[in-house]
Amino acid sequence: MELLTNKYFLIALTFCVYVGSQQLQKRTGIKLLNPILISIAVLICILCGAGIDYETYCEGGEYIDFWLKPAVVALGVPLYRQLESIKKQMLPLLAAELAGCVAGVVSVVLVADLLGASREVIMSLAPKAVTTPIAMEISAATGGIPSLTAAVVVCTGIFGGMAGFKMVKMSRVRSQIATGLSIGTAAHAVGTSAAMERSERYGAYSSLGLTLNGLLTALLAPFILSILGYC
Amino acid sequence: MINQTQSGAGFIFLLKSIMILQCGILFAFLAIGELIVATTGVPVPSSIIGMLLLTASLKAGIVRISWVDRISDFLVRNLGFFFVPAGVGLMRCLGVIKGELMPILIATVASTFAIIAVTGWVHQYTRRFTSGVNRRFSHTSIKHENGTAD
Repeated sequence: MELLTNKYFLIALTFCVYVGSQQLQKRTGIKLLNPILISIAVLICILCGAGIDYETYCEGGEYIDFWLKPAVVALGVPLYRQLESIKKQMLPLLAAELAGCVAGVVSVVLVADLLGASREVIMSLAPKAVTTPIAMEISAATGGIPSLTAAVVVCTGIFGGMAGFKMVKMSRVRSQIATGLSIGTAAHAVGTSAAMERSERYGAYSSLGLTLNGLLTALLAPFILSILGYC
Repeated sequence: MINQTQSGAGFIFLLKSIMILQCGILFAFLAIGELIVATTGVPVPSSIIGMLLLTASLKAGIVRISWVDRISDFLVRNLGFFFVPAGVGLMRCLGVIKGELMPILIATVASTFAIIAVTGWVHQYTRRFTSGVNRRFSHTSIKHENGTAD
């Protein structure tokens, strides 16, 4: 039992589970077996089975979580590589991001409210399209539950990364730039890593999408929520 | 003296060749981001500020791409992994989720689709519109550098 709650053991466990999940997807070739999703599910099962609570897991997990921030800074590199083509179309990019940001917050709030979600949950869902650190801050500021927001954000990202390209096709968006951009806008960094697997070009526009949507949502979400009458 | 300069040159060589410099630069940008947030109180995460500053510095030539590419490519390629602990946080709010699973699920899926469709459409149409305007006024053909998806 001592060993199970040791933080180095928990970190090693997270690495092993993730590598295992990656292998599972590679060997079976089933796209639905998303390594992030499988890792989360397996880890929750292990922790619940062993009677370890989340706070104990976090003693190890926070060292992995820590790398989220430098990883977001690192997205500046693919962004730089695509800077020339981004500069040529500032207006379409900004218009698309503004529309996407408003559509995202309004749609999630209205649908959740319509289906009878409680106010706390609605507030937690509102910033779900942007990357975890931004989303948690917005959620805390508007009266949501930050930990629920973090979980929903990760799930949104996984879902967007898995189904995003299908959704783009369904909505008949054809340009590569618009594809990358909308996946980054809807599914932040997790979607971006899925886009990056296709090509660096998708990935760069996706990281642009996540940045612009993160900035816009941080600035606009409180206003949108108060216009809708929730704040 | 000679020894010092030699070891100095060696040190610089080491910095250029290994990951330490790359890590150092990346964290320096994150630290600047933190500093800006702490001093100005802007409601934007430090990592986003750091990322924008890194892009700007690369563009301005203050930082060379070969100083940050290896660590960045490593982190970007494995981005998903760093989200695992946050996702495990699900177990802390299983109660709330169980109670309102359907609203959360349906709202998330519907909204993700809405964002993708709206962002894609608006970008596609404003782009067509602006490149049309450009063509009319400048009489130069706009180079479409993007092909179709897939």
